[in-house]
Amino acid sequence: MNLETTYLGLKLKNPLVPSASPLSRDLDTAKRLEDAGAAALVMYSLFEEEVIAEEEQLTGLMDFQDLGHGEADTYLPLHPEYKTRLDEYLEQLQFLKETLDIPVIASLNGATDSGWVEHGRELEQAGADALELNIYFLPMAEDSAEVVEARYVNILRQLKGQVRIPVTVKLSPYFTSLGHFVRQLETAGADGVVLFNRFYQPDMNLETLDVQPDLHLSHPYESLLRMHWIGRLYEKVDLSLAATGGIHGADQALKLLLAGAAVVHQASVLLQRGPEALEETLAGMQRWMEEKEYDSVRQLIGSVCQDHAIDPEAWDRVNYIKTLRS
Amino acid sequence: MTAKKITLDGNQAAAHIAHKTNEVIAIYPITPASPMGEFSDEWSAQGKKNIWGGVPEIIEMQSEGGASGAVHGAVQAGALTTTFTASQGLLLMIPNMYKIAGELSPVVIHVAARSLAAQALSIFGDHSDVMATRATGFAMLASGSVQEAMDMALIAQAATLRGHLPFVHFFDGFRTSHELMKVDLVEDDVIRAMISNDCLVEHRQRALTPDRPVLRGTSQNPDVYFQGRETVNPWYAKLPQVVQDCMDEFAGLTGRQYRLFEYFGASDVERVIVLMGSGAEAVEETVEHLLSESEKVGLLRVRLYRPFSAEHLLEALPSSVQALAVLDRCKEPGAGGEPLYKDVVTAFAEHVAAGGEKFSVLPRILGGRYGLSSKEFTPGMIRAVFDNLRSDEPKNHFTIGIHDDVSHTSLEWDSTARNRDMDGVIQCLFYGLGSDGTVSANKNTLKIIGEETDQFVQGYFVYDSKKAGAVTVSHLRFSPRPIRASYLIEDGQASFIGCHQPQFVEHFNLLEKAAPGAVLLLNTATPADQVWSSLPRPIQEEILAKDIKLWVIDAYKVAKQTGMGRRINTIMQTCFFAISGVLPRDEAIGKIKHAVEKTYGRKGRKIVQRNFDAIDASLAALHEVALPDSAQGDLDFLPPVPAEAPDFVQQVTATLIAGKGDTLPVSAIPADGSWPLGTAAWEKRSIALELPKWDPDLCIECGKCPFVCPHSAIRSKVFTEDALKDAPEGFLYRPMKGKDVAGLYVAYQVAPDDCTGCSLCADVCPARDKSNASHKSLDMVPKEEIIEQDRINWAFFEKLPEYDREKIAWPKMKSAMLAQPLFEFSGACLGCGETPYIRLATQMFGDRMLIANATGCSSIYGGNLPTTPYTTNPEGRGPAWSNSLFEDNAEFGLGFRLAVDQHRHQAEVLLAQLGGVLDQELVREILSADQSDEPGIHQQRERVERLKEQLRKLDRDKARRLLSIADYLVKKSVWIIGGDGWAYDIGFGGLDHALASGKDINLLVLDTEVYSNTGGQTSKATPRGAVAKFSAAGKAAPKKDLGMIAMAYENVYVASVSSGAKDVQTLKALMEAESYSGPSIILAYSPCIAHGVDMSFNLRQQKLAINSGHWPLYRYDPRRREKGLNPLQLDYKKPSVPLKEYYQTETRFAMLWRSHPQEAEAFLSLQQEAVQERYHHLEQLASLPVEETEESAS
Repeated sequence: MNLETTYLGLKLKNPLVPSASPLSRDLDTAKRLEDAGAAALVMYSLFEEEVIAEEEQLTGLMDFQDLGHGEADTYLPLHPEYKTRLDEYLEQLQFLKETLDIPVIASLNGATDSGWVEHGRELEQAGADALELNIYFLPMAEDSAEVVEARYVNILRQLKGQVRIPVTVKLSPYFTSLGHFVRQLETAGADGVVLFNRFYQPDMNLETLDVQPDLHLSHPYESLLRMHWIGRLYEKVDLSLAATGGIHGADQALKLLLAGAAVVHQASVLLQRGPEALEETLAGMQRWMEEKEYDSVRQLIGSVCQDHAIDPEAWDRVNYIKTLRS
Repeated sequence: MTAKKITLDGNQAAAHIAHKTNEVIAIYPITPASPMGEFSDEWSAQGKKNIWGGVPEIIEMQSEGGASGAVHGAVQAGALTTTFTASQGLLLMIPNMYKIAGELSPVVIHVAARSLAAQALSIFGDHSDVMATRATGFAMLASGSVQEAMDMALIAQAATLRGHLPFVHFFDGFRTSHELMKVDLVEDDVIRAMISNDCLVEHRQRALTPDRPVLRGTSQNPDVYFQGRETVNPWYAKLPQVVQDCMDEFAGLTGRQYRLFEYFGASDVERVIVLMGSGAEAVEETVEHLLSESEKVGLLRVRLYRPFSAEHLLEALPSSVQALAVLDRCKEPGAGGEPLYKDVVTAFAEHVAAGGEKFSVLPRILGGRYGLSSKEFTPGMIRAVFDNLRSDEPKNHFTIGIHDDVSHTSLEWDSTARNRDMDGVIQCLFYGLGSDGTVSANKNTLKIIGEETDQFVQGYFVYDSKKAGAVTVSHLRFSPRPIRASYLIEDGQASFIGCHQPQFVEHFNLLEKAAPGAVLLLNTATPADQVWSSLPRPIQEEILAKDIKLWVIDAYKVAKQTGMGRRINTIMQTCFFAISGVLPRDEAIGKIKHAVEKTYGRKGRKIVQRNFDAIDASLAALHEVALPDSAQGDLDFLPPVPAEAPDFVQQVTATLIAGKGDTLPVSAIPADGSWPLGTAAWEKRSIALELPKWDPDLCIECGKCPFVCPHSAIRSKVFTEDALKDAPEGFLYRPMKGKDVAGLYVAYQVAPDDCTGCSLCADVCPARDKSNASHKSLDMVPKEEIIEQDRINWAFFEKLPEYDREKIAWPKMKSAMLAQPLFEFSGACLGCGETPYIRLATQMFGDRMLIANATGCSSIYGGNLPTTPYTTNPEGRGPAWSNSLFEDNAEFGLGFRLAVDQHRHQAEVLLAQLGGVLDQELVREILSADQSDEPGIHQQRERVERLKEQLRKLDRDKARRLLSIADYLVKKSVWIIGGDGWAYDIGFGGLDHALASGKDINLLVLDTEVYSNTGGQTSKATPRGAVAKFSAAGKAAPKKDLGMIAMAYENVYVASVSSGAKDVQTLKALMEAESYSGPSIILAYSPCIAHGVDMSFNLRQQKLAINSGHWPLYRYDPRRREKGLNPLQLDYKKPSVPLKEYYQTETRFAMLWRSHPQEAEAFLSLQQEAVQERYHHLEQLASLPVEETEESAS
C-alpha cells in the first residue's frame, strides 16, 4: 500500500504531519514522532511578538540601564553569547534537521508587516524545507474585509520575496469569501494553505474581572469545519491543502484526506497521548484502506470533495435545510 | 609598533591587567571599585584567559575582610592573586595587609581611592583610604590617569613578583576610575615581557605545600619579634630601584617612560608643587601654561609613595628649588601635617641635617589639603597654591578649594583662570535625566570619536544623589592632543550645551559654563517660534550676551513618531553631531549609524531600523531659533525651595539643591554631622509624568493606596465637617461608610510634586466602576490634567489635623493608614520595594524610634544630602536615624538599645531615690505603666511631662540628672534596618550576635536579593539561577535561609513578609516584632529594578513570588509557646504556580535561558523541588504539637 502524498512540492511518505506545538522543542520527542511515522514536522512557531519583546528587553539591557546614580550605572550583566529567541529557533531548526530524516517546516507567527518575515531567509538558510506562515490578526471595526485580506497578501508577498522554499499560509475560518481569498493568496505565491487556525479565546476571571489567556486543546468535532471547507476548495484552487484542528484519529484523518487534504496535522492528541497517537492514526488509516481496498493515499485524496461527492449538494446549504427539517 | 587605541575608564584599564596576570581574584562590591570585579567576573564567565592560558577563578566574598583573607590564603598557597576595593573596604583589609606584607608575598590590590566615612559617608574620590594603609608594609604606587591605571597596574604586578613585596596600586575614585579616556592598550606581548617566567616559578617555590612543608604565621615572643620585624628591611631598601627598573623596561616596550618621582617644569625652578594622583595632570597643564609666562614653577609627581625613597625624591628635584607646596588629598585631624607633607619635610630635614650635599638649607615647605571627596582642583586653585609659595605671609597647613571661615585655612583663588592647553579643545556639556539614556549616548559618542578618529577624548559624568529622577551632567572633551584636564568643564568654556530635558531651563542656569558663540541644543515641545518667550529672562540675557546659537528639537515627538517610545538618546546624539562641529556632519551621521548597527546587530534588527529612522527624522526636526535683539518677559528661575521653608533649609539645603553646594563655607556645615529632619518635603521635584486621580464615589476606603506607595505621596486623613470650612473648591473627600464613623469624612490625596508616577496605587486599587471595569477609584492620568488643582488640594490637605493615634485600630489597614508617615518623598527608585516597609514602621513607631541603618540603598535614600525623607510629627518627635557602617549595623543598633536601657534603668533608680520628694502616685504609675499600646504610651508621655515639671522645680543634682533622661521612661523602639548585603553577608556575624543577645531590638532586612545600591551584585540572598553581577553565569548556590537560622535560637521573633502580596500579615508582623521584648527579625521581600522588571509590576511580582513558593510567608513568635501554641504560623499556601512562571517574568532569571539554557533548566528544576520541600518542611514544623512542659504534664 502506497501511503505517499505530495505537500508543498515535498514528497512525503504518508500524510500525517505533526503541526506547530511545543513537541518540536525537544529533540527526543521529535525523534519519537518520526519513529511513530510522522512524514514531516511543523516546528513550534517563532512569534513576532516574542521577537519584538525580546528586542525591547535587550535594548533595555544594552542601552537603557542608566539610572543616573554614581554607584550603579547598570544592573544585569549581558553575556556576549546571549542567544535570542531567533538564535534559539535557528539552532533548534538545525538540530532537528540533523536529527530527523523527514522534512521540517518552520513556522512564523505574527500579525503585522513590520518586517519580521525577514527572518524567513534565515530559517531557509538554517535548513527549513518549507515555511508555514501563521498570521493571527484580529481586525477592528474600522478594518474592512479588503484591508484585512490585503494585509495577509502583503505579508505573504514580503515573505515570498525573501525565500525560495515553499510557503504555506495558515488561515482562520473567518473570511468573507474563503475561496476567493485563497485564490488571492495563490496569486501572491502561496504554495499551500492550512485550514484552520485555532484561536485561543481569552477567559474572564470573575473574581478580579481580569481577562486572561486560556488554552484548550482541540476536540474531534472541530475537524468537521475543516472537512467542509477543504471539500469545497479541492480542485477549485491550485495549491496544497492541509487540514489542522480536531484530527485525533484515523476517522478524522481519512475524512479530511477524502475531502481533499494533501496532509493532515495533529497536535492536541499528541500533546495528550504522545507520539503513539500518531502511530495509531496511521495504523487505523491503513486498516481502513485495506478493508476498502485502496491502493494508495493519492487515490483517495479528494475523492469525496464537493465535485466528486456522491451527492455534491450535501456539501451545500441544502444539507443545512435537510438537517433542520430532520 | 603602534599600540591599539581604546576608549575605556580607569577601572576597566586596571582590571584588564589584573585579569591577564592573576589566577585567583577575590572580589566584593564597593563604589567606585565595583566595576573592576564586575569586569573580571564577566571576562571569566566568558572564558577569557590570563597570559598563561588559564581562566582566572573569581570568588565573591562576604566582605572585603573576607576577600583579603582569601587573597592571603591563595598567595600563600602559591597562586597569583588580586583583589579590588576602596574606602571602608580597604580599611577592612588592613589586618591581612600586615600579614601579607610581613610574609613578603607578591600581591597587588587595585584601589579606586575614595573618602572614608567620618562625619558622613562619601562615595567620591580622595586618598583618605590609601593613606590609612601606609603602615601595613604594602608598597604604594599611584596612577594619575586612565592610561597610567593600566600601565601602573602592570608595573606593580611585575615589581611585586620581582621585589617580593605587595602593592597597593591606586588611582582616584571617579575622576580616574570612571573617566572615559582614549588610551593605548597594553597588549599581551608587553604583559608577557614584563612578567617573567622565573618570577612565577620562584613564587611557586615559596608556596605552602606538604611536599616542602614550612610553618608560617607563628606566634613570637619578646625575645625575637622585634628582630623578626627588622628582617624585611633589605627588601624595602631594594624595592624603589626594582620599581624604577620595571618602569624603564616598560618604557622600552611601550615608549611611555615613568619615574618614581617625576619632575616637570623649569630647569631653574623656584616653586614646586608635590602631589600624587589625578591632580598632577591638572598641575602639569597649569605649569606648562605658567612656564610660557616665564614663571619659574614646577611639578613633582609622586608615583611610588611607599617605600618612600628620599634619595629619589631629592634627586628628581632641581637644586634651584626654593619653595615647595606638598598637597595631600586627605585629612589627618590633629596631626602636625598630612602624610606626604611630613614625608617630604622629613626627607629634606634629614638631608640638610646630614650635611646637605644638594640642598644645604631647607627650602620653604608648606603643606596643604585639596580635593577631598572629589572636590574640584582647577587651574585657578593651582595658581593660588603657587602664589602662596611666594607670599610674604604664606599659609601653612592650608586648604584649597573650599571657603574656610572657621579656621581660616583656605587660600582664595581666581575662578576665572584658564590654561592655554584648553585652546582648540572642544568642550561639551549635556544635562539629562538618569533614565533618559544621556550618559549611555555620550559614552557611545566618546567611543565613536575615540576609536574612529585621531582625536583624543575624555568623558566624565556627574550624578546627583537621587535614584528616581536623577539629573546627570556629562562633561565631554575632544582634542587633537592628549587631555590632562582632570577637572570639570569650567564656566565660560563649553562650546556645546545639550539640555535633554525641557524643565531644566526653568530651574538653573545651564549657560554659566557656555563659551561665547556656543551652541545650546534644547529638547522642548515648544515650537521654535515660541521658545524664546518661554525661557527665563536670565537665560535669554546670557544667550544674547554670549552670542549663543539656540537650536531646538522636540525629541520626544520624534521618538514617538519613530517608534522609540520615550527614548531620546539617539535623537539628541544625532543633533549633537549635526551642529557641534566635532566631526563633519555626514561623516558623523554615518558613524552613529555604524555604531547603532554594532551595538544591536542582528539581535535587534527592528531596533536598528528604528534608530536609523530616528536619526533621519532628528535632522529634519532640528531647527535653529532666530533670536531677537533683546530679552523679554520677566520669567525667572524657579526657587529651589518654597519661600516658607525654614532658615536652615533656605540657607543651606536650598543651596545644595540648586547645585551650588561648593560655595557654602565651612561654618554653614554642621560640625558633628547632625542634620535636621523633614527636608525632603521642601524639595519639590515634580518628576511624575502621570498622577493618580481619585474618584471618591468609587472609593471603598480600604487604605491600600497609601500602604503601597513607595514615596508616601498619597495619604489619607479623616476629619469632621468643621475642618472643611476653608476647603478650596475642587477639594475631594467623601463621607465615611459605617455607623461608627458617622459624621466623619475621608480624603485620599496625592502630593503632586512629590509623587513619582510609579502607578502602584492605581494598580492596587480594588474599587472598580461597575459599568466600566477599566475605571477605578484611582486611575493614572497625564500630570497636566490635574496637577494645578492637586497642588491646591495638597496644600489644604497638609493643614488638616493628623488623626489621633490613640484611636487607630491596628492592624486594620484603613485605620492604620491614618497614622502619619514619618518617612516621606525619598529619592528612591520609582516603584521601590523597600520603602513601603520603612514608611510603615515610621507610621507605627516613628515618634519613639531609633534607627540604625546599614550602608546601602536605604542609607542613600534615607540620608544622602541634600535632603532626608525622615521627618517629624506635629509635636516634633520622629525617627532618630544614623548610619554607622555597612558591616556593623546590628552591633551599632544593639548599642542604641544598651544605651536606651541604661538610661531607662538609671531613670528608674533615680525615680525611686527621689520618690520622697515627688508625687508618690505619679512615680508608682510611671514605674508600673503598661506601654503595650498607643493609649498606654500616650498616658506615659503625659505622666513623664508631669514628672519633668516637678523635677524642674527641684534644685538638686539627682533631679537634674533624672530630667536629662526622663524621656526614656517612655518606651523606645530600636530598629536595625539594612539590605541583604548587610544581613546575609558583611554584617551577618554581628547580626547573629545581636540576635543571640536577647535584647529588645527589631531587625528589618529589606531583601532585594542583590546588592542593589552598588549595581546588583550577588549576595547570599540571591536565589539559585539568578543572573547578577559577580554571577554572570547564574548563581549556582541556593539562597541562605536566614529565617531558619534565626528560628534556631528559639527566643527570636522571626517573620517573613511581602507587603505587596499580603499587607495585613506585614502589618501584624511589625506589630508583633515590636511588641516582643526580645530580638526580632523581619525578612521583607523587596522587588528591585535590579531584578530586571518594570517596577510598575512590583505588586504582581510579589504575588507571583508567594504563589510560586519563591518567597515564604510566616511568623515565628516565641510567646506562643507559653500559651501552648506552636510558635510558627504559616501565612502562605502550598505553591500553586510553577516557579517557571515567576522566573519568566524577571529578566534576572529569564536571561540565563538565553546564555546558559542547560544550567537554567537545571537550576529551575532544583529550585522547583526546593520551594516545594521548604513548604512541606515549614508546614510540618507549623503543625507539630508543642511539647508539654513538666509542670503542665503533671
